[in-house]
Amino acid sequence: MKDLADAALNAAQLKGASYADVRLDERIQQDITVKNGQLAAVSDDASEGLGVRVLVDGAWGFAGSARLDKDEVGEVVGRAIRIARASARARTVPVDLGPPVTSRGRYRTPVERDPFSVPLSEKVELLLRADQAMGSVKGVTIREGSMEFIRQKKIFASTDGAFTEQELFESGAGIEATATSPEEVQNRSYPNSFGRHQGAGGYEYVTALQLDRHGQRIGEEAVALLSAPQCPSGVKTLILDASQVALQVHESCGHPTELDRVFGMEAAYAGTSFMTPEKLNHLRYGSPRVTITADALTPTGLGTFGWDDEGVPAQRSFLIQEGLFVGYLTSRETASVLGQQSNGTMRADGWNRIPLIRMTNVSLQPGDATLEQMIAETKDGVYMETNRSWSIDDKRLNFQFGTQLAYEIVDGKRGRMFKNATYAGITPEFWNSCDAVAGTSEWRVWGLANCGKGQPPQVAHVAHGAAPARFQNVKVGILK
Amino acid sequence: MKSMEVARLTDQGELKRFMQTLLERSPAQQTEVMLTEWDSALTRFANNGIHQNVAERNVNVRVRAVKDGKTGVASINQMNEAAAADVLKRAVAIADLQPKSEVVPVPGPAPVRPVEAWSDATAAATPEERADFVEAICVQAGRAGLKAFGAFSTSAGQLAIANSLGVFHHQHSTQAIVNSVVMGDAGSGYADRGAIDVSELDKNELASEVIDKAQRNQNARPVEPGDYEVILEEYAVAEMLEFMSFMGFSALAAQEERSFMRLGEKITGQQVSIWDDGLDRTGLPAAFDFEGVPKQRVDLITRGVASGLVYDMQTATRAGRQSTGHGLPAPNTEGPFAVNLFMQPGTTAKAELVSDIKRGIWVTRFWYVRIVHPKASIITGMTREGTFLIENGRITRPVKDLRFTQSILAALDGTVALSRTTKLQIGEYLGATRVPALRLKAFTFTS
Repeated sequence: MKDLADAALNAAQLKGASYADVRLDERIQQDITVKNGQLAAVSDDASEGLGVRVLVDGAWGFAGSARLDKDEVGEVVGRAIRIARASARARTVPVDLGPPVTSRGRYRTPVERDPFSVPLSEKVELLLRADQAMGSVKGVTIREGSMEFIRQKKIFASTDGAFTEQELFESGAGIEATATSPEEVQNRSYPNSFGRHQGAGGYEYVTALQLDRHGQRIGEEAVALLSAPQCPSGVKTLILDASQVALQVHESCGHPTELDRVFGMEAAYAGTSFMTPEKLNHLRYGSPRVTITADALTPTGLGTFGWDDEGVPAQRSFLIQEGLFVGYLTSRETASVLGQQSNGTMRADGWNRIPLIRMTNVSLQPGDATLEQMIAETKDGVYMETNRSWSIDDKRLNFQFGTQLAYEIVDGKRGRMFKNATYAGITPEFWNSCDAVAGTSEWRVWGLANCGKGQPPQVAHVAHGAAPARFQNVKVGILK
Repeated sequence: MKSMEVARLTDQGELKRFMQTLLERSPAQQTEVMLTEWDSALTRFANNGIHQNVAERNVNVRVRAVKDGKTGVASINQMNEAAAADVLKRAVAIADLQPKSEVVPVPGPAPVRPVEAWSDATAAATPEERADFVEAICVQAGRAGLKAFGAFSTSAGQLAIANSLGVFHHQHSTQAIVNSVVMGDAGSGYADRGAIDVSELDKNELASEVIDKAQRNQNARPVEPGDYEVILEEYAVAEMLEFMSFMGFSALAAQEERSFMRLGEKITGQQVSIWDDGLDRTGLPAAFDFEGVPKQRVDLITRGVASGLVYDMQTATRAGRQSTGHGLPAPNTEGPFAVNLFMQPGTTAKAELVSDIKRGIWVTRFWYVRIVHPKASIITGMTREGTFLIENGRITRPVKDLRFTQSILAALDGTVALSRTTKLQIGEYLGATRVPALRLKAFTFTS
């Protein structure tokens, strides 16, 4: 593999590239789905190839191919060079990557039990036990459980002299119970929505979830939701569970601090950002209780690695510090525009895609409250748990979220269950209304394996550390 | 020079031999091989210049092996002897290692009506041609004091399905898609185009639309949220239909009681007819689905009445009927999917749709649409890049983007008029939707 990487870099330089990098990527993914007591799907998908990125005349070109031989490497490099020359015809300013990146080394996700060595039967049996627990509840009409395991080996080499080898593992699982009536479809899932909860690690990550212990509870909640009253409309105190806080961080802090979005590089697709450079170190993004970091060193985070896909080492940086907007997620190209150095967030969705700025583990730092304390202090509020729907505008300001489950809070006590709960707000107003964040004992790293960005589309696996948090004067109950 | 860049796809005969070898070597009782291969390129631009420019060649060989009532699926992105042995071994091993489950039947041979979905011009599109196209938009935007952003992609590919019951279907296809956002200091506009044949895309026409929209959408001021009569341009209508497909047109959604479809009942206004037709050459035609079943036209809503659902092999077997050719690749727990949607146009010129609206909102496109309540077909999302106030039959000014939370069926129940022209919207991942612009009596904006 190193031979192919060297061949690609040599060919790129000979053909006129001022900079080139190559990624060789081999990935295997296993997906298992159990539905209504039956094994519904098992698949085992393998993909490998190489991608070559070149700078010619200050403009980018990229080409990738699944074929891994020297002839094809020559073709791929030639194609990337020709594409870069075409880019140069219509570029604005030449790309400046800033100082060279010369990382070298190896990284492997810490794994106690290689998920690919675990027998399929063991995985299926766990899902079937959880399925049975959901099925024990009368009124559950659809039961589904899934697991996903990924092993990715990647080599990165550049004409700066970087050469890194990484072996990354992901393991994830989740269950969902659905209850239906002529008017309603209600779901409850565990530990999170979006199919499953995923982390960087081995099979131990899945067993720790204890899926079978939660099946009956979520089944009962799904059925109870059918007859629960609609979440009322009003302006109230809102308390979110940690998983919903994680998604709130993702949508309203992670994406708007991506510096490529800020510079318009995603404008025609994912949009731009309200967090423009003149606001850096000036915008009061949230209350003093709000500190958000990007940390690619967080254990079990899906955004944890050795080096990003430009060879920049994994690191920790502040995005929001005690409410003040202090930093972006950056790449070499975008950081140099601000006179900074990349904080290592460039990742590609496989060998056939260019790296883009992606969230690593973007986390709300724990506070000193507890969920029970937050509820006890609330006179008139709603507690919401587990995301059901999410939508935010193209500048990441105007959002509306819905959750699977909600409870009213009256005079410090949890009251009736509500269905179809929603809340809406404007990003800085919302985070400035945050008056409590739970502490480390309730703080957890939540994996999101469905973050879309880029053209052609890419999906990133990212994570967010979060704990339950409370917000004042929030508009809840949007549905009539 | 052009020949160097013609899409490199495997010869159909070679591809068929590879798939036949896999079938012959399989120890499973039933085996299905799906092969997709593509050669694609995309030129992306921002701030009036190209900033990303990519190309890839890739293949996916997917094997479904059914053995003793158990199914295993494996895939690989190589097409050689070692890859064939590896993918077959993994698929069979998965089948061997699992308990018996419901088996999705493999379809037998059936005649397929060929469709034309290929353009030599698209397959031969060069990076220089894409750069020229993009540059034209950027130059025109620059001359108008605006900035252009967007992407222009061209791709060529092939899909083949073979199974041990004797099915072999093959189709070549191409696509060319361009989208653009043009921004001024205080607002933006949007336009996109898609076609099988890249030469049908007119850069000047696209630039004209998006620049005009951006110029008209400067310095927007807010309007009060609430219920408004609306005009939805084709961009928004297509997205609405795609969400209908996702929530309700699938037989699985109906079998699992998740769908809003109540067959035989009136669920929208009488002017609304929606169908799926993979064979219609004015869409993005496909002769067969990912299970190898020939595509059938399915009427989904006919003059306001819920009239049909799309089926794959699994849902059709459960219902004791034939698949309509809407299966997705194995293993599929999502059910069938309508991906070639059409909406019946009306008789009104698009520009005349506003003619007697006293006070309403013109919506260019939606953004970040998500399901809020599937059974009530309620979605939420934002308007984006061209939201205007209509007063006394004409557009008077741009308004700040609005969030909507709205039942699709309720909105379509208030259909007042449909444009007589339609537009093809090619989907981001699969299929395409051809729709008119709509005038709807009421649409709820919540913030």
